[in-house]
Amino acid sequence: MEAWMAVVVGALFAVSIYLMLSKHIIRILIGAAILGNAVNLLIFTNGRLTREVPPIIGVDESVLSAQAANPLPQALVLTAIVIAFSFFAFLLVLGYRAYQELGSDNTDEMRVAEPVDDQTPPLGY
Amino acid sequence: MRTLIFRTAVPYLASLMILFSIFVLLRGHNEPGGGFIGGLIAASAFAIYGIANGVAPVRRAMHFHPMSIAAAGLLISSISGLVSVFAGVPFMTGLWGSIYILGEKIKISSILFFDIGVYLVVVGAIASIALALEERERE
Amino acid sequence: MAGSSEAEIDLTPAMNLEPVPLLDWLIIMPVAWCIVIGTFLLMMRKNTAQQHLVAIPAMAVQVLITAGLLSQIIINGPTTMVMGRWLPPFGIAFTVDILGAVLAFTAAVVALACTIYGIKDVNHSGRRYGFYSFLFLLMAGVSGAFLTGDIFNLYVWFEVLLIASFGLLILGSEKGQLDGATKYAFLNLVATTLFLIATAYLYGIFGTLNMADIALKIAQSDGTLPLNTVAGLFVLAFVMKAAAFPVNFWLPASYHTPRVVVSALFAGLLTKVGVYAILRVYTMLFSLQREALEPTVNIDALSFAVAIVACLTMLLGAIGALAQTNVRRLLGFLVVSGIGMMLIGVAIGTREAIGGTIFYAVHSILVMTALYIAAGMAAKLCGGAEDMTKIRGIYQKNTLLAAITLMLFLAVAGLPPFSGFWPKLMLVKASIELIIPWWAPFSILLTGFLTTIAVARVWALSYWKPEDDAEDMAETEKGNGALGVSDFVPLIALTIIVVAVGLFPQSVFELAYQSAEQLINPVAYIESVFGSEVVE
Repeated sequence: MEAWMAVVVGALFAVSIYLMLSKHIIRILIGAAILGNAVNLLIFTNGRLTREVPPIIGVDESVLSAQAANPLPQALVLTAIVIAFSFFAFLLVLGYRAYQELGSDNTDEMRVAEPVDDQTPPLGY
Repeated sequence: MRTLIFRTAVPYLASLMILFSIFVLLRGHNEPGGGFIGGLIAASAFAIYGIANGVAPVRRAMHFHPMSIAAAGLLISSISGLVSVFAGVPFMTGLWGSIYILGEKIKISSILFFDIGVYLVVVGAIASIALALEERERE
Repeated sequence: MAGSSEAEIDLTPAMNLEPVPLLDWLIIMPVAWCIVIGTFLLMMRKNTAQQHLVAIPAMAVQVLITAGLLSQIIINGPTTMVMGRWLPPFGIAFTVDILGAVLAFTAAVVALACTIYGIKDVNHSGRRYGFYSFLFLLMAGVSGAFLTGDIFNLYVWFEVLLIASFGLLILGSEKGQLDGATKYAFLNLVATTLFLIATAYLYGIFGTLNMADIALKIAQSDGTLPLNTVAGLFVLAFVMKAAAFPVNFWLPASYHTPRVVVSALFAGLLTKVGVYAILRVYTMLFSLQREALEPTVNIDALSFAVAIVACLTMLLGAIGALAQTNVRRLLGFLVVSGIGMMLIGVAIGTREAIGGTIFYAVHSILVMTALYIAAGMAAKLCGGAEDMTKIRGIYQKNTLLAAITLMLFLAVAGLPPFSGFWPKLMLVKASIELIIPWWAPFSILLTGFLTTIAVARVWALSYWKPEDDAEDMAETEKGNGALGVSDFVPLIALTIIVVAVGLFPQSVFELAYQSAEQLINPVAYIESVFGSEVVE
């Protein structure tokens, strides 16, 4: 099960990196969303995937039994999902506003902050 | 999207969702649920209402600005963590007490207030983003 | 029901049942205070006229809190508070050592300067959009990152400060701001995601997120664990946050677009959080493993890579500064150049080098904030122009501003007797002493030279060179009265600190050395979390 999940995580990373290499904001945005999900799945798989064994540490033990799924990564994933979700919402608004104001979602054409025809500073006093 | 059926159904749907979101919030005390998911349900209630009737009625219905609601939630959460200074225990330690309402013993904890704060933060933040996006579409 | 059978369970193995001394609350106060004030300001953001009346005293209190925390840490050594009474490593720990306390204090000082400068710089619409509340939430994130002792919690604070910085960056929603913010937001998102991946692997290896616990387990590891990969991922994530070459491009693309006060704040604080994270994770946690493997005077492969990145960053930052006409963009490249300077100390990793890095970080926080404020004032004096070919004759118009800016320029170039000189001296000395290629000290010196040229040109053209004709003079005359007390107070205060640190560096030296000592040999840090019996 974990091995298959590792393959899925790898595939998600590949997809997200491919999308983020694009010039268009909307594709980068989707890539970033997939990247967040890939990482969440990675953390989730890190803590083993099983629901058969309850994660309870026995009286005379100090660590979880090797079959049980570790609940802490699941808590981490919850936090990461919340953060990734709010980021995605913000980036969606930001990308949309940038598209409206700048008239393009191509990052090559977004040159307001760094103009192409930038002059060099004077060489003499 | 703004059909007659939808517009007629939405007020009931939205109020049901808000009621359910409060149920989920309080249920999260001992069972699955909690502030975050409850807040999301409430925020989607506002979003649906906005889709049906426009953004201005939603803003009127919410009375406070969504960001102010989120800020109030964050304030409640941080204060519920800070009250533990009076108990001599570290920050964010859960404190328990019980009150009697109509002869029924009800347990109250600082965790509950933290969760209410989370609920308000999520409602405010998500509603403000959703309403901002809905407003743009009209232009 | 939880709590009903509480009395019967023995909680001592999992919980700290002793009462917490009240002074320990200083650890959490910088964060809690900022959140409380930030949310309060967010609720009253319609009252734009009163906001600074709350914000300035509140930020002054923040300075006092962090000063108290710093003195407490210097006296008592590193201190820990674990949330919710859980014993470490189960609960989220806030562990403060001198490094965290020094940086939190410096950050509070520059934030106070920015709060005061913001009175005039941020208009009513900016305040309505929540400038002051985002400022406090940013400070909560920055202080939380400096003070936390849990690596996942560090990630959360990174995100908090990132969200707040988005809010500040797009204040006003101009075209340039949206453009800059888009690049800033996406690249920083990738950086924090990398951080999260690295954290996941670290948890997969050690099963703990508490930094002191990780330090213990790394020191006991036998060298078969894939730690170099994880360390590399962490370094990549953090140099991206710190804007080191070749992942620095978000910084010059965005830092000149927001309001001046926001640029000043960002230049002072954000990149240094990245540097702090490298110091905390790479130097404190992973150096233990490297020492265990090969205790030599030579540096290992990963540190060698960091050294190359550092030298390229400082050189390309300085060269980039040479090519700019816009003063704020030029300053953005100087921020990048300074990051390279701090990274070279991390790469060398001796006590002296780490001390130099910490000293340089403090210097950079102060001087970059002051420089952005000074550039903003010069622009205000010349009717909003930021191009060095368009600003003229500041010396004629306002001699005080020109003199202060000259001092700050010399400080950022690392010339004596200002604060930039001493950390550079430490770094050059450390890089010569260690067996490290000749190009490391050479780049530090060359960077100083190039930076001097870049800033001297700005000063000569924009400040010293008189106005060309009377027409321009009359045109800009109206902007002359624009500078008020609230502009000069923060600038002069920061400059006094910069000069004082340059003239009397002894106490900062000692603090930097002590914190470097605590980083390289984190026994006191671990003891403060687990008690003295854990460390043999």
